[in-house]
Amino acid sequence: MRGIRIGGTLAGLFVALALISFVWTPWPVDGVDIPNKLLGPSAAHWLGTDHYGRDILSMIMVGARTSIAVAIVAVGIGMGLGIPLGLLAAARAGGLVDEVVMRANDLVFAFPSLVIAILITAVFGASAVNAIIAIGIFNIPVFARLARGAALSLWSRDFILAARVAGKGRTRISVEHILPNIAALMIVQGTIQFSLGILAEAALSYVGLGAQPPVPSWGRMLADAQTMVAIAPHMALFPGLAIVLTVLGLNLLGDGLRDVFDPRLRAVRA
Amino acid sequence: MSLLAISGLSVGLGGREILRDVALEVGRGEIVALTGESGSGKSMTALAVMGLLPEGAVARGQVRLEGTDLLTQPEEALCRLRGRAMGMIFQEPMTALNPVQTIGDQVAETILIHEGGPRAAARARAAEVLARVGLPGDRVPPSRYPHVLSGGQRQRVGLAMAIALRPGLLIADEPTTALDVTTQAQILALLRDLVADRGMGLLMITHDLAVVGKVADRIVVMEAGRVVESGPARRVMAAPQEPYTRMLFAAARHRVDLPPAPPPVPLLVVEHAVCDYRGGRRLFTHGARVRAVDDVSLTVAKGERVGIVGESGSGKSTLARAILGLAELSAGRITLDGAPVWTGHRPNLAVRRRMQVVFQDPYGSFNPRHRVERIVTEPFHLLDAPPRGAARAAAVARALTDVGLSPEDAERFPHEFSGGQRQRIAIARALITQPDLILFDEAVSALDVSVRAQVLDLVAGLCRRYGLGYLFISHDLTGGRGVTDRGAVMQAGRIVEEGPTEAVFSAPRHAYTRALIAAAPRLPVMEEMAHA
Amino acid sequence: MGAYIAGRLASLVISLAVASVVIFALVEIVPGDPAAYMLGINAAPEAVEALREDLGLDQPKVVRYFDWVAGMLTGDFGTSYTYKAPVAEMVADRIWVSLSLAIYALVLAIAVGIPAGVMAAARRGRAGDVAVMGATQLGIAIPNVWFAMILVFVFAIRLGWFPAGGFPGWEAGAGPALIALTLPAVALALPQAAILARVMRSSLIDMLGEDFIRTARAKGLTRSQVLWRHGLRNALIPVLTILGLQFSFLIAGGIIIEQVFYIPGLGRLIFQAISARDLITVESVVMLLVFAVIVVNFAVDLAYGLIDPRVRLGR
Repeated sequence: MRGIRIGGTLAGLFVALALISFVWTPWPVDGVDIPNKLLGPSAAHWLGTDHYGRDILSMIMVGARTSIAVAIVAVGIGMGLGIPLGLLAAARAGGLVDEVVMRANDLVFAFPSLVIAILITAVFGASAVNAIIAIGIFNIPVFARLARGAALSLWSRDFILAARVAGKGRTRISVEHILPNIAALMIVQGTIQFSLGILAEAALSYVGLGAQPPVPSWGRMLADAQTMVAIAPHMALFPGLAIVLTVLGLNLLGDGLRDVFDPRLRAVRA
Repeated sequence: MSLLAISGLSVGLGGREILRDVALEVGRGEIVALTGESGSGKSMTALAVMGLLPEGAVARGQVRLEGTDLLTQPEEALCRLRGRAMGMIFQEPMTALNPVQTIGDQVAETILIHEGGPRAAARARAAEVLARVGLPGDRVPPSRYPHVLSGGQRQRVGLAMAIALRPGLLIADEPTTALDVTTQAQILALLRDLVADRGMGLLMITHDLAVVGKVADRIVVMEAGRVVESGPARRVMAAPQEPYTRMLFAAARHRVDLPPAPPPVPLLVVEHAVCDYRGGRRLFTHGARVRAVDDVSLTVAKGERVGIVGESGSGKSTLARAILGLAELSAGRITLDGAPVWTGHRPNLAVRRRMQVVFQDPYGSFNPRHRVERIVTEPFHLLDAPPRGAARAAAVARALTDVGLSPEDAERFPHEFSGGQRQRIAIARALITQPDLILFDEAVSALDVSVRAQVLDLVAGLCRRYGLGYLFISHDLTGGRGVTDRGAVMQAGRIVEEGPTEAVFSAPRHAYTRALIAAAPRLPVMEEMAHA
Repeated sequence: MGAYIAGRLASLVISLAVASVVIFALVEIVPGDPAAYMLGINAAPEAVEALREDLGLDQPKVVRYFDWVAGMLTGDFGTSYTYKAPVAEMVADRIWVSLSLAIYALVLAIAVGIPAGVMAAARRGRAGDVAVMGATQLGIAIPNVWFAMILVFVFAIRLGWFPAGGFPGWEAGAGPALIALTLPAVALALPQAAILARVMRSSLIDMLGEDFIRTARAKGLTRSQVLWRHGLRNALIPVLTILGLQFSFLIAGGIIIEQVFYIPGLGRLIFQAISARDLITVESVVMLLVFAVIVVNFAVDLAYGLIDPRVRLGR
């Protein structure tokens, strides 16, 4: 319960900052203000300014938009494709579809996800959209595998057999009986993948393969800060803290939700 | 002085008192059966003796083993006593052994922990103990891992670990409940033999009064955390003093009052049914074919009650699935009133709507997220024009009333009901489409004896009212005896014997049936006891 | 066991084959002509044509795919366009740096994560457990690039205990080389150690609730004997899966951490190749990384067989 409150507050705070940034930021983020560059935190600039004199708080607010949007869409891709695939595989467990889906899953799992994401963005060009696709693809097997596993254990239960005796088909049973019973687990996993998505987006942006300038992003703020670490450590500190707090909040939220739904649920952190 | 003397034992867990003032004694060379229905506290009593109560449980009173009060012993002293002075075996042979250690090493560990010495010597002694419990090294080498053994063999390994150091006291918690009846008989004989051979005291926990009758010297009956009656086995069974004990034995001996069978008009006809299924499938290969049902023919008349009995792996469940149209036959055919259950490769809906099923597990047979109303009306999916609105509500109300529940229960969730009540909900679900045939697939096996008697009475009442016909599938020979007109015995996919139920029991013709009946522990009826 | 190994080996070969097709296809569908892409928009048409021939782009795709695979199998990874040097040589120079870093980090993660997880499970619900769980919660949330920058700021810039970046090479001796790799390895290991600790803890707690643990207690084993003799080996099975996955994260995370510390490993090679549009190098290095990960997962499968007789002997 406490986890949900703390986690929800933290994650909610950054979602709120992202939303507010659409209508208001303390300072504009597209202007360059060289005279005020590399200022430490002050009353005017709460979190200081960067090497172009941009307000770091404003940058973090706008950067939250990128991180959250990338992570949400990537989780959406993973859930939208992964859960139906997992349900399909479980409904025909041991069949050809199951075999193909699971083998494909194993294969994607065996790939070093970030390396392939790098390859994808390298080939198709660095952009937030390509980052979303690259991260999203690797969410598919996570949800497919989890959904299949959870669905399989349900398929052996008598209430599913009773539904089959009542003449219901596999698809109908999957939607009516299986999906509601695995929804909690999927939501918990969703929050975990959400947080992993934020970390992945930060890593891709850091190496210049995520959102492109002038769109602010947390990962690129870190990259910009790197060369200045000796003279302006606050430039690295605050975007890093933003990432840590958001991810921490989401993880606490996920763990808390799991405890509320069912302590025996097994979400995987992979 | 008794070997084990428990007095005034109370155990509290999370503010609840789960054992109250329990007292019992076990002497050397004596078998004491601790019995009662689920939740009576019999397993908790055993764990209290072993000092293995769940975290947070607090025990008061006295538990004296050869004079030493176990409750006052520190944990290290208890560790020295466990395995050496007292051993324990558990119910689930499938999970009670470490899957990644050989059985020889697991038995040798008992020896090494307590007596040390060279590993090779301990292994040699372990092999001897395994041979003593019926696992001789030339047939079941100690280098085997648990997963390749049968349930009965694993239970023997558990026993070997418990008795390796010849403890004075052995505690067995439902040691045969998960086993087939023939295996059960062997394990019970082995236990009796060991007790006689070694002068061990055996505290045997079992819910099965027939098993109690077969092995016990003395009986202790528990209810809701208290001992309600104890005494010599013969006396307690012949003349129980307490109302609860009387009720328990009456329920176990309960005979259902079944209305006479209607004239034989064939309804379900199974002709030369064969069911194969494939083992695990890989991308390019199929596992070996397994023949689960092998040339089975069976006829069930309208309103007739037929029992199918078989041990695990006999194919009875596969046959049930084939009849319900859940699995396709490899050969042969199944018809209901002349119409085939399968047409082409699709189950025939018109036939399926005339059959329903009640499963064993009262906890797993309902979607936990659905209300009773939705659960009970699920079979309406089979109808072309399911009732709606008031007609639907009336059908639900009638089905629930028929099984002894109230129409208001429709709004509740399954977890709000007890095991027996859930089985009533399952029967209501089976009744709602007014089928011609219901399959009871181990439908009362998981229920306590008193609840089982009530559910069987309910089924008999439904027969009287609706002329209900059913197939009663059970692993338990005696389970189907009072509630069926005819019985069939299955072994390895075939029906080996079939006939009027009483004839199958009193004059079995097939050797397998005779072996099953001989192995099944039976509770003597009152008159036999009185004359003995 | 023989059948099991053969099965895993077949799956290894299939994985590698599919991976190579996917990577080849990804590079193939690069928009426009690869030769033009590599030379940039201002390239002379003759130069593009020369490069096309040089790369064998006039050949059918299937032929080129098999040429590429055959080359990789014989150690010929092609010739880098930008460096005019064999890719194999450039990889050979750098792969030991990257591998050392990944293995160093893995060792650190195991050395910290496993004991922490075991300790937390043994003290479930008590102060030690709460502390470990809190620390792992934080460890998972910290992006390792940022953690790397903090390490540099504290231990290199302020305290001066470690160099802020660069790698002297193993020729400089094991001492300086290890010191240079320490901060990157710590940065890389942090989240993995946190994940290992959490998985180890929950796996061990699950195991301690199993029936066979109660059986062992009934034999007279103490709580800690049960934990070490019966709990741990069973609990390691899921941990092993995670270890396999982690190697893949360490490889990927490694190429990014190399950026922070200016370490001349595969990571720098791949990003330089990306910015120079040197597709041949990118393609070959990615394939090599995927190969390493797939082989490690194969090794994990074999380790399963050693730990779990149910796998070894078939169910």
